[in-house]
Amino acid sequence: MDDRERIDAGTGGDRAEKGPGESTEEYLRRTNVRRAFTGAYIVWLRDIKRFWRDTPRRVGAFVQPLIYLFLLGTGLQAAFKVFGGGNTRYILFMFPGILGMTVLFTSVFSAISILWDREFGFLKEVLVSPVPRSSVAFGKIIGGATQAMIQGTILLVLMFFPFMYGFSVETALKALALIPLTLLLAIGMTAIGVAIAANMKSMEGFPMVMNFLLLPLFFLSGAMFPLQGLPGWMNVLTRLNPLSYGVDMLRGISLRGVEVTGGPAALLNKIPQQALNRMPAEVKAALTRAGSSMSLQTQRYPLWLDITVVSCFALVMLVIAIWQFSRQT
Amino acid sequence: MNEIVTVSKLVKTFGDLVAVDGISFEVARGEVFGFLGPNGAGKTTTINMLCTLLKPTAGTATVNGYDIGTRKNEVRESIGLVFQDPSLDDRLTARENLIFHAVVYHVPRSVRDARIDEVMGMVSLSDRLDDKVETFSGGMKRRLEIARGLLHYPKVLFLDEPTIGLDPQTRNYIWEYIEDLKRREGITIFLTTHYMEEAEHCDRIAIIDTGKIIALDTPEALKDNVGGDVIKLRTEDDESAEAELLSRFPELELLTDPECRLCFKTRKGEEFIPDLIRDFGTKIVSVSIHRPTLDDVFLQLTGKEIREEGADDLAAVRRFMMMPRTRK
Repeated sequence: MDDRERIDAGTGGDRAEKGPGESTEEYLRRTNVRRAFTGAYIVWLRDIKRFWRDTPRRVGAFVQPLIYLFLLGTGLQAAFKVFGGGNTRYILFMFPGILGMTVLFTSVFSAISILWDREFGFLKEVLVSPVPRSSVAFGKIIGGATQAMIQGTILLVLMFFPFMYGFSVETALKALALIPLTLLLAIGMTAIGVAIAANMKSMEGFPMVMNFLLLPLFFLSGAMFPLQGLPGWMNVLTRLNPLSYGVDMLRGISLRGVEVTGGPAALLNKIPQQALNRMPAEVKAALTRAGSSMSLQTQRYPLWLDITVVSCFALVMLVIAIWQFSRQT
Repeated sequence: MNEIVTVSKLVKTFGDLVAVDGISFEVARGEVFGFLGPNGAGKTTTINMLCTLLKPTAGTATVNGYDIGTRKNEVRESIGLVFQDPSLDDRLTARENLIFHAVVYHVPRSVRDARIDEVMGMVSLSDRLDDKVETFSGGMKRRLEIARGLLHYPKVLFLDEPTIGLDPQTRNYIWEYIEDLKRREGITIFLTTHYMEEAEHCDRIAIIDTGKIIALDTPEALKDNVGGDVIKLRTEDDESAEAELLSRFPELELLTDPECRLCFKTRKGEEFIPDLIRDFGTKIVSVSIHRPTLDDVFLQLTGKEIREEGADDLAAVRRFMMMPRTRK
């Protein structure tokens, strides 16, 4: 085969020009890379268009995080004030959890679009096309993560309100840091959904499987309640749950320099050092223990560990999802 | 290389079920090739294998010179596909569906809009380009799918039951497009159907039943094999007409059908009739000619009718009515 024929065979109808001094191998490789990305892009674009045109879905996406934050958050905040005593700002503690939860559910359930496409035939159009399966899977994952990030961004804007973290440079820096990390989490979560959807034939089974998998992940993540004073077995499970590192990461950043614990614990923490020093050693130790154990934990693992675990998790899930999607017929 | 599709001993099994049972055939460049057979004969399974959607259990095939097992991407670049079931995105407009297709098939951006206008014009849907597909009728969707299948100028267009579920008028439209396409683009068309009358549009037909090809030829040749046209004669005096007929055409053999005394098979019936009625002594009441259809071909080859539902019911009723007479 001469160059022209090889280019024709390798590029089909596309007649993009070969650059000067470029070898045929380089040209074909460049063409393939570009095609893989345009393929992922059009899959992404279609998903976003469908999301945006579906008014109930769009409105729901805006309203859902607000419901969780204001109804559930305010309710739990009130409960903590009464039973925890003092002025615990539980809504601030819960905010990163709600951010994590929103991303979790939106990401994972976005993969149901694969099952829709299978049901209505469009998936065949995609699978029989010369676009590599891996770029289709990648486009789907980025599409789901984008939808989750649209919701996440609404929550990030809420951070600036006075009853939340307040309008300050510090909040802005936190929000900026949260964007890429939330995206990382969203990619990992959408990938779980895609990996499962690639193996499923029916629409009906997806929510069942997802709830079976998601609810434990969610409840053991610390999104809704602090993972403190848990029985040993549950403590082990939370440490095995990658999502608990994700929530811890979001929480550690959001609550940096923010005091959320009020009431007795806060009082204990405020006893001056001199006064403590004058107390008997056992009283001093007991008071210190009580103080820290009654405080809401804002950073469970070191932040570097959180980011490492979440990055590895996203990467591993991405690879698994692409592999699972590529192997289907 | 004049064969654009070559299939050699292709087999596909699903568990114990043998869907495609070692078929071999070739499709020439530029022809309209039809796969005819009842539902479940293995037509769609074969197409899915040729389109790289299914992995063959055994055997090989090439499309446009590329092996379907090892050169999947090149095969996918070479073909256009219209599936039996719709595969459009209803929520997008026709244009958006076509743009999606153009991107995944690497149609250069510079020619994209012109191509879209061209294929939409071909299926007379230009005025609906920016309407959402969910507002389209079944026939319009099918036409849009054909347009989409042509957008990347495939070498072979696969049409799996292109007219199933459509009204006769739309069906005719679609056949006009297909024939127009063949004339203008010289594209090879590979289609499946279980409508006999549609198979007549094909240059060559493979008749497939229970996973095997039982006949492969032009529609004309297949029909000739059945033994020509059946002529049915009614006269005022059948007795003398029969004697006259046999004396004038000694090679004729009357059919042994009790309901039709003066029925016989002949080749080129339309030329035989003028010969017959010229100077025929007995007064002829009517002459009718029955051309063999592909239904007759299928019946003769397999001993059964191709249409399962309606025809079977009718046949069952007929059998039931015959019963007292035959039992006696």
